[in-house]
Amino acid sequence: MAAEQATLQQRNRRVGIIMAGVVLAMIGLGYASVPLYRMFCQVTGFGGTTMRVSEAQAATIVSTNKDMQIRFDANVERGMPWEFKPLQAVDTVSVGVRDMAIFTARNLSDKPITGTASFNVTPEQAGKYFSKIQCFCFTEQTLKPGEEVRMPVIYYVDPKILDDPDNKDVDEITLSYTFHVTAEEKAADAGAKALDRAGTGG
Amino acid sequence: MATTAPEAFQAHGDHHDHDHAHDHPGFFARWFMSTNHKDIGTMYLIFAIFAGIIGGAISGMMRIELAEPGIQYLGTFASLLGEKNPSFDQSLHLWNVLITAHGLIMVFFMVMPAMIGGFGNWFVPIMIGAPDMAFPRMNNISFWLTVAGFISLMISPFVPGGTGNGAGTGWTVYAPLSTSGSAGPAVDFAIFSLHLAGAGSILGATNFITTIFNMRAPGMTLHKMPLFVWSVLVTAFLLLLALPVLAAAITMLITDRNFGTTFFDPSGGGDPVLYQHLFWFFGHPEVYIMILPGFGIISQIISTFSKKPVFGYLGMAYAMVAIGVVGFIVWAHHMYTTGMSVNTKMYFTAATMVIAVPTGIKIFSWIATMWGGSLSFKSPMVWSIGQIFLFTVGGVTGVVLANGGVDDVLHDTYYVVAHFHYVLSMGAVFALFAGFYYWFPKMSGRMHSEFLAHLHFWVFFAGVNILFFPMHFLGLQGMPRRYPDFAEAYAHWNHVASAYGYSIMAAGMLIFFVNIIWALLAGKKAEDNYWGEGATTLEWTLSSPPPFHQFETLPVIDDKAHH
Repeated sequence: MAAEQATLQQRNRRVGIIMAGVVLAMIGLGYASVPLYRMFCQVTGFGGTTMRVSEAQAATIVSTNKDMQIRFDANVERGMPWEFKPLQAVDTVSVGVRDMAIFTARNLSDKPITGTASFNVTPEQAGKYFSKIQCFCFTEQTLKPGEEVRMPVIYYVDPKILDDPDNKDVDEITLSYTFHVTAEEKAADAGAKALDRAGTGG
Repeated sequence: MATTAPEAFQAHGDHHDHDHAHDHPGFFARWFMSTNHKDIGTMYLIFAIFAGIIGGAISGMMRIELAEPGIQYLGTFASLLGEKNPSFDQSLHLWNVLITAHGLIMVFFMVMPAMIGGFGNWFVPIMIGAPDMAFPRMNNISFWLTVAGFISLMISPFVPGGTGNGAGTGWTVYAPLSTSGSAGPAVDFAIFSLHLAGAGSILGATNFITTIFNMRAPGMTLHKMPLFVWSVLVTAFLLLLALPVLAAAITMLITDRNFGTTFFDPSGGGDPVLYQHLFWFFGHPEVYIMILPGFGIISQIISTFSKKPVFGYLGMAYAMVAIGVVGFIVWAHHMYTTGMSVNTKMYFTAATMVIAVPTGIKIFSWIATMWGGSLSFKSPMVWSIGQIFLFTVGGVTGVVLANGGVDDVLHDTYYVVAHFHYVLSMGAVFALFAGFYYWFPKMSGRMHSEFLAHLHFWVFFAGVNILFFPMHFLGLQGMPRRYPDFAEAYAHWNHVASAYGYSIMAAGMLIFFVNIIWALLAGKKAEDNYWGEGATTLEWTLSSPPPFHQFETLPVIDDKAHH
């Protein structure tokens, strides 16, 4: 009888420990979903995430003569004392042809401010075909008081978009940026940096 | 059912104690340090009723405000809750606080404690022939964590939460409203409340799984377990897999709010939509967590009052498993309007509709159980049939909403409110009342009044339908949810819902409380098996109420016993 009881207790403990392991694994999965979600967006263009390509990749693209309108949209986060706008509201480019768009930003405050731009395109299914070779959003931008800068983005629309049934009615893509103050004074900035897609994303 | 000699199957090594101190603990030791599954179940039920009264009162405050267009009462309510000379914005903020509190209380502190903590604790060990839960002390911790969570939630309306006092984030606690949008400790208290209640539920789920896997009486194979036990087993697994993800998500909210992380803040590379994914990865299984134990209760009752075993037992058990599994891969149907590709919407639409198949198996099996049965329309049966009907109505609107294209129009309208109140306020709550009338005499030893139980049913049935059915019309006409005010065009049906629906429903609840008090004061003593020959599960072999410790001699289930 005593032996049987010990077994029940041991079996209970074993199931309990396995279940605790399941709980820990699910908490881990919850946290792992943060980088996984980011990778998923970068790979699939989910949510209008644009692609980042190298010069070498860009050189292999064959241009077409199908035209597309690219609209530009620029915002700053609430309370950020910058003026940020595109130099041109819309560009007409051929798919596969690289284009440079210029944005201007001016620091309206009396102290230097560092900002990072977040970005995406609409319609969202065009994200994986919107390829940036160079972008001011890849790095942080620091503006001295009153300073104004011109910031380029060099991009092209991947001709594969013409073969994608989800994009067959797309002839206009809007590229949107929002500048955020880089939270330098906030505590635990390291955590923010780890998530910062400026260094990794497209 | 055969029994074996007591010596052979003592459940505890310390059985000598049972005759002495254990049987007569003092009040404090019995109720505050309880390790007895029946006492803990009773406390869960009392707690759920108490929380339900508060949650129901909050819905009353909302319905009276919605009775007419314009803002009439929110300012008064805000002053009553301690806000000095509330501004108009602060009054409106109170609305958000009310909808948040109503949702969180009803989900985490009424339905879940009653279904799983209350009926689960009471009847899972008894139905499988076990003397108690596998981890009795952990059971006690689960209960008091839930209470602590409720206290934390009750503190939040009295501390600043941004625009006014209280957490006005909705039960979904979406970022950025819950992060940069709500300064002050109210939202932290609300999130902490979810941490505590979630931890309690995870411990409880572990306990149920261990109990059901390891402590079944000899002969009680998994495929002979009563369907209520099956439902709690599936529910426990859903809790175990879903709640940790919520815990992770709301911990990220806490660190985003207080410690400078940017999980959901685009300025640091985060994405608020990720929070929605994490929340609904928990949130969708959560709705099955709330209804599955109800399905189990309904199965027991329909079988009892049809005097035959449930139709398609294995199909019923595995339909619940299927609902649980598929429930994890449909979450983004709550997010159709966050900007998804057509293909993603198509997948989530199809996957969501698949759930109608196992649910349909259950509905038809209940009907088939009744078919040709020797029916007696006792109160639990009437509540169960009401549940099947109303849950099906909610299920049908669910299939409508599952369509990504249709949802673009109906998202965040009162149609959604009507849908989830039909499946929860009627589906889950009718199952709770059915279970309550089914088992109350077993738990208390006193018979309730069948007349009052039937009256309660009819009044409540009329009330909730007058209250919630017009919301379908309001939603189809475009009335958005989560607003304290509405256009004149919506006045008629809102008036019907408030003035007639809510009042009739509330009158039904009064009958319920009168019935409990009457039963406890004057109810006649309940026999062991007061429902007669249809009631075949193990709780009916025990006295009413059952002894403080049951099955010190484990029952043996013979091969021919049915479910």
